[in-house]
Amino acid sequence: MYELINIFIRAIFIENVIFAFFLGMCSFLAVSKKIKTASGLGLAVIFVMVLTTPLNYFILNYMLGEGALAWIHPSLASVDLTFLAFILFISTIAGAVQLVEMSVEKFMPALYASLGIFLPLITVNCSILGTSLFMQERQYTFAETAVFSLGAGVGFFLAIVLLAAIRERLRYSNVPQPLQGLGIAMIITALMGLAFLSFSGIKL
Amino acid sequence: MNEEEQLMSEEEQLTTVREEATTVTPSVVPVKKREALFSKKNVQTLRDPLDDSNPVTVQVLGICSALAVTVQMKPALIMALGVTFVVAFSNLIVSMLRRTIPTRIRIIVQLIIVAMLVTIVDQLLKAYMFDISKKLSVFVGLIITNCIVMGRLEAFALAQRPWPAFLDGIGNGLGYGLILLVVAFFRELFGAGTLFGFKVVPQWAYDMGYVNNGLMVLPPAALFVIGIYIWWQRSRNRKLINAS
Repeated sequence: MYELINIFIRAIFIENVIFAFFLGMCSFLAVSKKIKTASGLGLAVIFVMVLTTPLNYFILNYMLGEGALAWIHPSLASVDLTFLAFILFISTIAGAVQLVEMSVEKFMPALYASLGIFLPLITVNCSILGTSLFMQERQYTFAETAVFSLGAGVGFFLAIVLLAAIRERLRYSNVPQPLQGLGIAMIITALMGLAFLSFSGIKL
Repeated sequence: MNEEEQLMSEEEQLTTVREEATTVTPSVVPVKKREALFSKKNVQTLRDPLDDSNPVTVQVLGICSALAVTVQMKPALIMALGVTFVVAFSNLIVSMLRRTIPTRIRIIVQLIIVAMLVTIVDQLLKAYMFDISKKLSVFVGLIITNCIVMGRLEAFALAQRPWPAFLDGIGNGLGYGLILLVVAFFRELFGAGTLFGFKVVPQWAYDMGYVNNGLMVLPPAALFVIGIYIWWQRSRNRKLINAS
């Protein structure tokens, strides 16, 4: 149980997808102009992350991994399809996002109106695929995978809302003109990354 | 106009391009005179992404990998070549299929084409350059979700003929590679005192008390370098200040 809590905390702070691995930067920089839209995207990312990473866990462990096909027939135990992981992971993510988009559009139009544009964007958010690939690399169990994906999603949410808050305040400061916008956003992200580095010394 | 509005307008542009791409019916293609392979427009398509519409510093695409693989120049070069290959050929294939892909599921179709190409790159690297492949780790797989690939597919390849789309892919890959190499140059020079693995900072400098800058090895250093590059680029080319 302690191990699960540790993974959760680690995924949010110490191994934050944005500040420790710099995954999902594109949407992080492009959609962090206002806190409202930023938190909308953050929530959508949490949702998709929690949905797809465990799904990919099952695909990896019952279809792709070495000997994973043994449940069909013992003679298949030597088959190793791990090299197909990219294609299947990304198809799961794209398919899940498309399904979520269609069902939200049909059953919750109000939520769709506020999340609508972000949902397709999430497919190409590297942090989602990155989380699945880390799950594969670290060989998590199912419970660990579920907790890890939730933590990674919350970490993304936290990071994007923090940056949006800073950028909203930035309007009142006198930044050199060529540096305005993207340039200063990069430098702020770098400074925030340095701040988050201080978590890395913590042993859990 | 501040940057937020511009980003907004860029997003709108992207969506309108997308809509145009989806509403084009196959029957209304005007018969055009054959263009020369390297006509002025095509060369423009190839050259623009190197500076004026650079994917990293102007279009804000593909930043994640630009940060992670730029500690040394050699992995950066390999990564740039891999991305160029994937962007160019996925642009080509999607552009050839653009009339047959149903719009509702186009993202899945595009991703599968991209994933196929990335798997090829990954397997090639594992076979011939294993140590580099280890160094790049998950980031080869993440070329699939590199926004440059999807961004160019959505914004360009879905609405253009195969040859310009291919050139656009090459151009954007090279523009991305340019930034990668610039960032890697500074990070390797100041972080480790080497370039492409060769020692550049002489031993007597270390003897006199010169120390490698440990900050340059950390990922945030890449953000600083890109930020300063953007600063330099926009103060040199003022029209970019409002362009993105």
